[in-house]
Amino acid sequence: MTLPFLQITGLNKSYATPVLENTHLDISAGKVHALMGANGAGKTTLCNIICGITPADSGYMQRLGRPYQPDSILDAHHAGIRMVMQELNLIADLTVAENLFFERLPTRYGILNLEQLHTDAATLLHTVGINELSPSQKVGDLGIGQQQLLEIARALALPCQLLILDEPTAALSDPQVDLLFNNIKRLTAAGTAILYISHRMEEIKRIADDISVLRDGHTVFSGSAEIVSTQTLISHMAAPLDESAQGETTPAKTKPALRLRGIGRNERLRGIDLDIQYGEILGIAGLMGSGRTELLRAIYGADQINEGKIYPDVDKQPLKLKSPVDAVAHGIGLIPEDRKQQGVFLTQSIRFNVSFLSLNRLTNRWGWIDRVGEHKVIQQQIEALSIKCDSLDQPAASLSGGNQQKLSIARWLIRDCPILLFDEPTRGVDIHTKSQIYGLLRAQAAAGKAVVVVSSENSELTGLSDRIAVMSNGFLTATFEQGDWTSELITAAAFRGFDAARQSVHDK
Amino acid sequence: MLIRIADFLGRDFLGLVLVLCVLIVFFGLSSDYFFTALTFATMANQLPALLVVAVGMTFVLIIAGIDLSVGSVMALSGALLGFVLVELQWSIPYAIIACLSLGLLCGFGNGFVVARWGIPSFIVTLGMLEIARGGAYLVTGSQTLFIGSKVQWISAPLPLLSVSSGFVAAMIVVILGQIMLSRTVFGRHMIAVGSNDEAVRLSGISVRSIRVKVFCLAGFLAGVGGLFQVGYLQSADPNAGVGLELSAIAAVVIGGTSLAGGRGSVINTLLGVLIIAVLQTGLAQIGASEPSKRVITGVVIIAAVIVDVLRHRSGGIARYFKAFRRTP
Repeated sequence: MTLPFLQITGLNKSYATPVLENTHLDISAGKVHALMGANGAGKTTLCNIICGITPADSGYMQRLGRPYQPDSILDAHHAGIRMVMQELNLIADLTVAENLFFERLPTRYGILNLEQLHTDAATLLHTVGINELSPSQKVGDLGIGQQQLLEIARALALPCQLLILDEPTAALSDPQVDLLFNNIKRLTAAGTAILYISHRMEEIKRIADDISVLRDGHTVFSGSAEIVSTQTLISHMAAPLDESAQGETTPAKTKPALRLRGIGRNERLRGIDLDIQYGEILGIAGLMGSGRTELLRAIYGADQINEGKIYPDVDKQPLKLKSPVDAVAHGIGLIPEDRKQQGVFLTQSIRFNVSFLSLNRLTNRWGWIDRVGEHKVIQQQIEALSIKCDSLDQPAASLSGGNQQKLSIARWLIRDCPILLFDEPTRGVDIHTKSQIYGLLRAQAAAGKAVVVVSSENSELTGLSDRIAVMSNGFLTATFEQGDWTSELITAAAFRGFDAARQSVHDK
Repeated sequence: MLIRIADFLGRDFLGLVLVLCVLIVFFGLSSDYFFTALTFATMANQLPALLVVAVGMTFVLIIAGIDLSVGSVMALSGALLGFVLVELQWSIPYAIIACLSLGLLCGFGNGFVVARWGIPSFIVTLGMLEIARGGAYLVTGSQTLFIGSKVQWISAPLPLLSVSSGFVAAMIVVILGQIMLSRTVFGRHMIAVGSNDEAVRLSGISVRSIRVKVFCLAGFLAGVGGLFQVGYLQSADPNAGVGLELSAIAAVVIGGTSLAGGRGSVINTLLGVLIIAVLQTGLAQIGASEPSKRVITGVVIIAAVIVDVLRHRSGGIARYFKAFRRTP
C-alpha cells in the first residue's frame, strides 16, 4: 500500500467547546476525498488546521511520511497545499487577469506588463477551460457563479499537490459544475489529491473516490465511495438524540399566529409554506446557508420578499411588512443571530440595552423617562434571567457572551411581543446559560406566545420544539410533529434541498 | 445628592470645569483687564450664536454624522431675516418665524438626502454649505443689510441682569438639549443610532426618521444662531459665520463628544464653547497676535481629543479586566 499524501491522526482543537476530538483522516494522492458532515461537525476547522490558518491543540499530521506542522498559510503553500474558500476573495475593481495573477503581477522596469499579463491569463483560462471569461473583464461585472469559477481558476493556476475545495459548486450552473469536475479529473490524473467538501450527495457520488464523515469533531466514517450508500452516510451524519431532553409536552391549545404562503426571496427562499402558532415552539433546522436566517428576516420585514404572502390569521388580509417597524407594530420580534453586530449596543450601559425597546412605556407625561420605573423593570429582568453584573451602568461590552445574549433577549421580553423569532439563541453560550434560555423559551410558549427558534443543533431543537421545520437550500423540505422526528429524518431533509435544486435545473 | 448631580452631568464634566477654571485664573493673572464685568459681558453677548449651533452639532455627532453647513445656514437665515424686515417691512414675529423655518428647511434637506440615499453627511452638508452661502449672497444682493434698532433687543442686556436675552435663550436651549439627550426616548434613540444603527433597525425603530429629525434640529438651531448673530450685528451680513462649523465641531469635541457617535453631552459642549471663548478673549488681551491665537487654539483642540481618547481607552480597558476577573 502506498503512503497517503497527508495523514492526520488524533487531532484535537477546542474553542469554548471541543470542535475536533481525536480526528483522523488519510488523503491519498490522485484521489478525490469527500468530507461530509452537518454544521459544527468541524469541517472548516479541520481545513483551517491543514492550511496553517489555525493551530491544532494537539495531534499529528504527516505529509508523505514526514511531520507536517504549518505555522501559516504560506507554509501550507510551500508544502503544496492550497484551499479555495467558501467566501470569495476577489477584488471587484480589478480585471480577471489582475485577479488571477494578483500576487505575482508581471512588470517591466517596475511598470505593469499588461500584454504579458493578458497572454498568461488567456493561456490559463484556456487550460482550465473557462471560455466564457475574457482577461480584461472587470470582476465586479461578473455573475456570482463566474466569480466562483475564477476563484477556482486562481487556485488551479499554481502547482499544488493537495487542493481543498470548500463548497465549490454553491453558485455554479450545471455546465460550470461539469467544467469544474473535468478539471478535478485532470488534476487527479496528474497525481493531485483533492479534499472536497459539499452538502450535495449527488455530486459526491459522481466524483468522490473516498468519503469521510465528521460528526461533532469525530471521524465517524471513512471508506471507499463505491460501497457506501446515501442512507448510510446520512445515518452517520445524524447525531443521536438525547432522549432525556425530550418529553416536556406543552398543552396543545394552539391557534394560528402567522401563515406563510409561497414565500420567495431571490434564490435564498423558495416557495415556503409554513404555519406559526401561538402557544408552541416551532424549531427550524437546516444547514448553515440553508435559508433559516433569511426566513426569519423575511418574516420580520428586515429583508423584502419577492413572492408570497404572510397572513396574520385565518381569513385576514396579508400583512404588509416593509420594514421591521411594521413587524414590531404587528407584534413580531426578532432576536438576531449576530449579537455583536445586530443585537447589543456594546459601548452603552446595561440599563440602556435592556430598556431600549420599551422606553415609550416608561415616560411620564412630560416625555421624560421615569428613571425609577426604568430601574425597577430592568432589575426584574436582570434577576429573572440571572444576568451577572456589578451595576446597571456597566457597558455591555464588559459582559460575557452569554450575558450579552441575555441582554438582547431581556430587551424583547420587556417589549412583550406575541410572536418571537429567535435566531441561534444559544450560540457561544455555556451549558448552564443554555438551559436557562431553554426554560425562558418554554415559559414564553406556555404563556401563549408563538416562539420560533432557529438552531444548528438538532438535539437542541428536538429537546425544545413542539414542531420542527427543516430548511434546505432555500426550500422547506419537511415539517415534523413532536414524536415523528428522528435525527436521521431531520438530517436527510436538511440535505434534500441541495439535490432538489439541481434536479429542477435539469428539468428545465 | 452630589453623586446624583455627578451622574447627571457625567464624569467628563468636572475635568472640563477644572480646565476652564485654570484658563480663567491664568488669564486673570496675566491680564489686568480680564477680571472685569465688561470682559464677561462681551463674551456673553458674542457666545449665543456659536453656543446654539454647537448644541445642534452635538446631536449630529452623537448619531455619528457631521454637519458642515451650519455656518452658511446661519448666514442664510440671518440674511432672510434682514431681507423681510428691511425690504418687505414684515413685523418682527413673522420675520423670526421665516428665519427659523428656513434653517429648519435646510436641515431637513440635509437629513432627507442623508437618510433617503444613505449618502455620507460630510458630502451632503458640504454641498449645503455652498448652497446656503450662495443663497445668503443672493438674498442680500451681496451686501450687508442694516436693520438697526428693530433687532437690538436680542443682544441688549436684560433689566436686572447684565446679560442679553439671546444669552438667556441660548442657556435655555442648552438645558432643554441636555434634558432631551439624557432623559427622553428620542435622546436614547439618537445615542443608539450612533452606537449601532443596524441594531436599531432590527429593533423595529426607523433609523431614517431619527437621522432626519437630528439634522432638522441642527438646521433649526443654525437658524436660531442666525437670529442671534443679526441681533448682535444689528444687520444681516452674508459673510457671517464663515468657518463657524469648525469652531462648533471643535467646541463639541473639546466637550468630549465622540466623532464615532454614541457618546456626548450638551452641558459639556457648553463648557467646550466657554473654553474656546475664554481662550480667544484671554489670548487677545495678553497681546497674542491673530495668527498665534489660531495656532494655540488648534493645539488645544488636538490636545483635548488626545486626552479624551486616552481617558476613555484606559477606562474602558480597566472596566474590561475588572469584568474578566469576576466571571470565572
